[in-house]
Amino acid sequence: MNFGHDGWGARFLDGIVVTVEVSLAAYAVSLVFGLLGAGAKLSPYQWLRWVADVYTTLVRALPELLLLLLIYYSGADAIKFLLSFLGDDYEDVELDPFAAAVMALGFIGGAYMTEVMRGAIQSIPLGQIEAAKACGMSPLLRVRRIILPQMLRFALPGMSNLWLNATKDSSLISVLGSFQDILFMGYRAASTTKHYSYFYSVTALCFLIITLVSMAGIRLLEARVNRGYK
Amino acid sequence: MNESLAFLLSIFPRLLAAVPLTLALTAISGLIGNALAVPVALARLSPNPLLWMPSALYILLMRGTPLLVQTYLIYYGLGEILPGSFIQKTFLWDYLKDGFWYAVFAFSLNTAGYTGEILRGAMSAVPRGEIEAAKAYGMSPRLILWRVTLPRAIQICLPAMSGETILLLKATSLASLITVWDIMGTARQIQKESFRVYEPLIAAGIIYIVTVFILTRVLNLLERRINQHRAAPQSA
Repeated sequence: MNFGHDGWGARFLDGIVVTVEVSLAAYAVSLVFGLLGAGAKLSPYQWLRWVADVYTTLVRALPELLLLLLIYYSGADAIKFLLSFLGDDYEDVELDPFAAAVMALGFIGGAYMTEVMRGAIQSIPLGQIEAAKACGMSPLLRVRRIILPQMLRFALPGMSNLWLNATKDSSLISVLGSFQDILFMGYRAASTTKHYSYFYSVTALCFLIITLVSMAGIRLLEARVNRGYK
Repeated sequence: MNESLAFLLSIFPRLLAAVPLTLALTAISGLIGNALAVPVALARLSPNPLLWMPSALYILLMRGTPLLVQTYLIYYGLGEILPGSFIQKTFLWDYLKDGFWYAVFAFSLNTAGYTGEILRGAMSAVPRGEIEAAKAYGMSPRLILWRVTLPRAIQICLPAMSGETILLLKATSLASLITVWDIMGTARQIQKESFRVYEPLIAAGIIYIVTVFILTRVLNLLERRINQHRAAPQSA
């Protein structure tokens, strides 16, 4: 492996960039789904709780690969269907593959994120929320000033785990064929050169580097979030 | 829509025929992986750096890289080395022609890493008093491990282990990418034959959901049986 004009080294570096981009975007989407899901699970409305329960149960019972393929291929159709209510000028909508893959991975991660956030919100001492109410804070202000920052402390271990999962699950997009992520590069390099064990080891090493860097970052974040509790 | 539903129903028998293969993948990899997790956890807890360092590295490698990469590494990597070696002349070669045993190999090693870490946590959570009591009875370290530490640790981490088993069942769908015709592989095969994208995936999804729910119930029953003596006494 070399880093020259047609060496594989540079392509693996490109692959790392794609993997990190997809993981970051999918993780951001899963945070949104997680917050909405946790809000729905703790809401006083039964139908909202029911929707959130169906979401987390179904997504967590299905293999990630199957969900990814299903959402990736149906994403464009679903958007066309929704847009068809607005008029019929949207026949040739094309969903960007990146957006479709990110939505699919984020939707899957969101179900796990929902459970992490629900647990964290429920761990906040009730007295703090009552105190905020007593101070006359509106529900939205309570969420922003008390619930979100306090929840973060309890949610961080689970959220860190989900970030590591997001980077690993992103390897599934190589199956879709339109992304040049690490695993896709590994597959190409291995099948072109026939050095399978070598190039798949390089692929594994790239993912390991992402994991190790993430773990170091998580340690710093944990120290920061818990700084009031030494 | 009706025609689509009819197609969906028509492919169920073929997909259901693949359920035993998925279950076999899960059961064999689960048994081998959980058995391997015991030495991994023991080595991880050892004070000897020659034991705990390789074990920690193993756990990091298994948990820090995607299972799909591990599966490809084993399937294609061994496929590069094995032909032409002595293995080709033994009876093993017959088994190593299709992807099934490579998938079992990859999933077992991966499970050993994940469960090894869980078991390590559970083994350090066994109350000290119980181990001291065993020592006071004059049990040898090996007997203590066999009669006290391991059984107690397994009881403690049973819920986490059944969670891992469900994750393993879902992960076996990756075997479809190395030409194993499990539920997922059959669904992809039907996709290619019929040029229909959704119906095979939806039908496979329904089968996975039902399988996961049944397995969850079975594992819960098993858990309750093993931890029977710890259940709350029944009120008359």
